Amino acid sequence: MNGTARLWLLHAAVVALLAALNFLLPAYHHGLMARILVLATFAMGYNLTFGYGGLLSLGHAMFFAAGLYGAGLGIHHLGLGVPAAFLAALACGAALAFLAGVLALRTTGVAFMIVTLMFSQAFHLAILYFSAFTGGDQGLVLRPQQRRIETMLGTLDLTDPTTRYLTALALFSVVLFAMLAIVRSGFGRVLVAIRENEERTRMLGYDTFASRLAALVASGTICAAAGAAYGLLFGYVGANFASVQYSILPLLWVLLGGAATTLGPLFGTVFMYYVVDIASGYTSAYMLAVGVILILLVLFFRKGLLGTLRERWLGWLP
Amino acid sequence: MGFGPHLLLAVLEGLVTSAVLALTALGLSLVFGVMRVVNVAHGELFMLGAVLAWAVATAVGGSPALGFVAALVVAPLIVGAVAALAERLVLRRVDYDPEATIVATIGLLYILQQLALTFYGADARPVPPPFNIRLALPWFGYSAYKLSIVATSAVLLLLSWLVLTHTRAGLIMRATQYDRETAQAFGIPVGRVYAAVFAIGAMLAAIAAVLIVPISQAHYLMGQDPLLLSFAVVIIGGLGSLRGTVVAALLIGVSDGVISMFFSPTLAKLIATLAVAMVLVFRPQGLFGKAAR
Repeated sequence: MNGTARLWLLHAAVVALLAALNFLLPAYHHGLMARILVLATFAMGYNLTFGYGGLLSLGHAMFFAAGLYGAGLGIHHLGLGVPAAFLAALACGAALAFLAGVLALRTTGVAFMIVTLMFSQAFHLAILYFSAFTGGDQGLVLRPQQRRIETMLGTLDLTDPTTRYLTALALFSVVLFAMLAIVRSGFGRVLVAIRENEERTRMLGYDTFASRLAALVASGTICAAAGAAYGLLFGYVGANFASVQYSILPLLWVLLGGAATTLGPLFGTVFMYYVVDIASGYTSAYMLAVGVILILLVLFFRKGLLGTLRERWLGWLP
Repeated sequence: MGFGPHLLLAVLEGLVTSAVLALTALGLSLVFGVMRVVNVAHGELFMLGAVLAWAVATAVGGSPALGFVAALVVAPLIVGAVAALAERLVLRRVDYDPEATIVATIGLLYILQQLALTFYGADARPVPPPFNIRLALPWFGYSAYKLSIVATSAVLLLLSWLVLTHTRAGLIMRATQYDRETAQAFGIPVGRVYAAVFAIGAMLAAIAAVLIVPISQAHYLMGQDPLLLSFAVVIIGGLGSLRGTVVAALLIGVSDGVISMFFSPTLAKLIATLAVAMVLVFRPQGLFGKAAR
């Protein structure tokens, strides 16, 4: 079996396993897993710039929130249907990522982190400031009848647990295979080359700014898709999702799962979500767990779960 | 009250904000200047100072002045020790790698916040001011304590400047900032300088927090705004420039006061964050800093 077939088979097997879980999981974990799949999509979007692009952004919450609010406000104020709202969200995410990228990518390293952090903070504050329009701190609740898709074959009700899970899985799978294709394409290789040595890549004739901008726009669009799905599937659009915490969490998930691995974000998100879930069963001090794990990861486990696996045994993992 | 007195009140409030901000930002700027790392937990060290001030003042009891002075001495010392410990245990071991340091200090941020929530609780608690005098201006009464904050901060800033420019310790810090490896070659214990600078930066934040706590109460989430505004000050003022830090603190503090009074605090913060981002993008050395070597 050649390498390419093995890779596609592995990723298809992961998706098949997740599909099987739809029928096996008890109700509580079923709901949790649907949420995790959407957030893992968010993490994959983050991984494209952080893992493959080598750009540590502290502002991806704004792309997630752009999708969330793009869809939510579209439905709430313009009366859009679900598919139109989803497309509007993608457009918002892409446009915001382009704008943020054109400005922020003029900087690198620590300055890039602070600029993205500040943009994201400004976005969050803007949501709070225009509370008449966005619902401010309270957020907006999308009613069940606003979360239906009328198709020729019947109504797709996104409030139904099974539909919700399968929709989340569909989004996750599309993004997963898109990521696999991207990182194995010429574009993906150029991104990694820029991460490893920007000067040399530029000398070889690549436009490094354009490649990074393209990566950021793709990443912002994926994150916006996750945000829109989150709002549509769970019916709540809140300013909390634009806060710094939602820029830190994808960083944590990706670091834990393994930066620059296609499946790492999924494992990182599942692992971390369950750690927090179990920890909050015993104590309310779950933030302590987040803090300690971040520090331990940086000190002892820089490559994350799949990164370590790839380094030790499975060199062929993408 | 007419427009003039309103503006005066806004400027006075802005000056108090500037005074506290200048001290906090100086701590952040010192750490970045000498160690080239960004301490994201700086705001939480500020919060820790405020919470400890409450704890010390409550433990001492007696007259408010006594409790306040005790807090002003003890809280910064404890915060400095915590920072030195974090420097030894974490930052040194990631070898001050800028990105790893940011992630690690984010971890520290969550840990400090959670510990404050667990042991101090979610309530906001005040510390009584050391003295209660109101100055009677023609239009309104103004707290003399608030003005004493401005004076204290000015004295401390002057003192920091003297230490940095006229003492051996300041010389060592500047040498380390200028060129770490050459400093090491000349027998400067760079590791110890780093630990000391990190602790001093945290102590400056803690002092600022103790000063502000009689006016604004101690709360476990109070570290976010100082962090954001300190970033703004340090970046707009130019890194490692004390003069720039003071000017930027005045600029941001006073405009924050004025915009907050006439429009809304959220708008003031929104403008500050966007200003920071734009300065970083278009003039990375800051408005007052020199271009990087």
